[in-house]
Amino acid sequence: MQSELLTFSDVSLSYYTVEGETTAIQNLNMTVNDGEFLAIVGPSGCGKTTVLSLIMGLLKPSKGSIRFSAPDLRLGYMLQRDHLLDHRTVEKNVLLGLEVQHRLTEESRARAIGLLDRYGLGSFRTYKPAQLSGGMRQKVALIRTLALEPDLLLLDEPFSALDYQTRLNLSDEVYRIIRGEHKSAILVTHDISEAVSMADRVAVFSARPARLKEMINIGFPAVLSPLERRKQPDFHDYFDRIWKELQP
Amino acid sequence: MKRQAVSNAHAAYLRRIRRDARTVRLLRIALLLGFLLLWELGADLRWFDPFILSSPSRAFGTIARLYRDGSLWLHIGTTLLETVLGFLLGTVLGALLAVLLWWMPRLNRILDPYLVVLNALPKIALGPVLIVWIGAGMASIVVMGVLVSLIVTTVTVLNGFLAATDEKQLLMRTLGATKLQTFCKVVLPGGVPDLISALKISVGMSWVGVIVGEYLVSKAGLGYLIVYGGQVFKLDLVMASVIILCVLAALMYYAVAFLEKKVRR
Ligand SMILES: Nc1ncnc2c1ncn2[C@@H]1O[C@H](COP(=O)(O)OP(=O)(O)O)[C@@H](O)[C@H]1O
Ligand SMILES: [Mg+2]
Repeated sequence: MQSELLTFSDVSLSYYTVEGETTAIQNLNMTVNDGEFLAIVGPSGCGKTTVLSLIMGLLKPSKGSIRFSAPDLRLGYMLQRDHLLDHRTVEKNVLLGLEVQHRLTEESRARAIGLLDRYGLGSFRTYKPAQLSGGMRQKVALIRTLALEPDLLLLDEPFSALDYQTRLNLSDEVYRIIRGEHKSAILVTHDISEAVSMADRVAVFSARPARLKEMINIGFPAVLSPLERRKQPDFHDYFDRIWKELQP
Repeated sequence: MKRQAVSNAHAAYLRRIRRDARTVRLLRIALLLGFLLLWELGADLRWFDPFILSSPSRAFGTIARLYRDGSLWLHIGTTLLETVLGFLLGTVLGALLAVLLWWMPRLNRILDPYLVVLNALPKIALGPVLIVWIGAGMASIVVMGVLVSLIVTTVTVLNGFLAATDEKQLLMRTLGATKLQTFCKVVLPGGVPDLISALKISVGMSWVGVIVGEYLVSKAGLGYLIVYGGQVFKLDLVMASVIILCVLAALMYYAVAFLEKKVRR
């Protein structure tokens, strides 16, 4: 039996510009469970990033509400681009969040550096971001988020800027990291196979304004890595189902 | 800072670029010497009238004479002091103004057209006004140096701040940063390269402001020597002052460039 982490009830959100009003989300109802890996797929521009901004509290719903099971739930947001600060070393970039939140102690520093070591970036601690590959940068951005010890990770198309090979390898690794650290996660993507290969459940969004069209349970055991999942016979059944749902 | 060669081919490559750098350096010096030589020769052989165009030997002779009668250091010191003051004040005030405008976007929007106009205005036009307001002394000259470098510093630094802010602001918000934290950790370090380009621009600008200021009001300084030399038809004095100015301006520029190298690392 799983407990709920957060619940969207009838959430709507509109953006206002000089040109007019864009309703990005309309009457969204959705639940995120504790400990699960939820993927959100939907056409480009449908309102996926907006959903993450709402959870993060960067935006307030125009209507409806988002209820958290625990008021002090810690959130970690990994943006679409890595946004590493060029003038800081890898280590100092990873510590940025802790610094800002006045949580930088000997212990939290050691933990963050431990994450760098554990995930193969230990020898790059003193490097500047410009000296890293795209995949490594993305991993540093993830560790910067993990260093804050979030209960729920929000990942906004974290692999979209990478080439195919890097993308497959990194999604494997990120999956391992998130599972290894026992986090809940919401992954936003427009790549169906990425969603099926990583998530416990896939939320399929309609075109704008975003509604929840379908919630699909992915029945793979959690021990399978994304690459192994891609080789499962029913992988393509899931893919086809979501693909059909996404057709207008 | 010699790089170690990793292979024979690499060693040959390193030798090639070092030789290349040496050639460029030699040609630079040759160009200067050639110019001075032609100038001197032209004056000696009466290709032109040395009374009008002076000559290196006459100009350097004048510098030596100024040195002997003790006024050389007075003039150099006066101009240098005015320029360094104008440069430092202009840069510090300009950078502070940029910080203020970054902090208050509303104020920035209000002041924007005024900044544009002030930036485009030839500040030198304000010279006579300054003399009336501040008096015919060194203060007017320094203020001229400040005015000329202030706005351009503000505009350059502010643009650097805004470019550094843009996308990283979202990241800082997701981390829960305050505005002051965003400024200290993102905007200020990100704006350092622009701060330094501003320094490079404003060091040149301060020279312009100060020399023009000295044209208008002064009893000492290189600008004074140039105006005086022009009025009494002592072109040797004019050329001597210009040569000293070249050297000083170059020294100050390279000092800033040196600072840049230190900061970049
Ligand atoms: N700050 C904003 N102002 C106005 N419109 C916006 C803003 N942000 C997003 N939008 C619009 O809202 C819609 C949803 O955006 P977004 O959530 O970024 O979509 P997605 O992440 O699914 O691609 C898009 O049509 C976009 O143009
Ligand atoms: Mg998006």
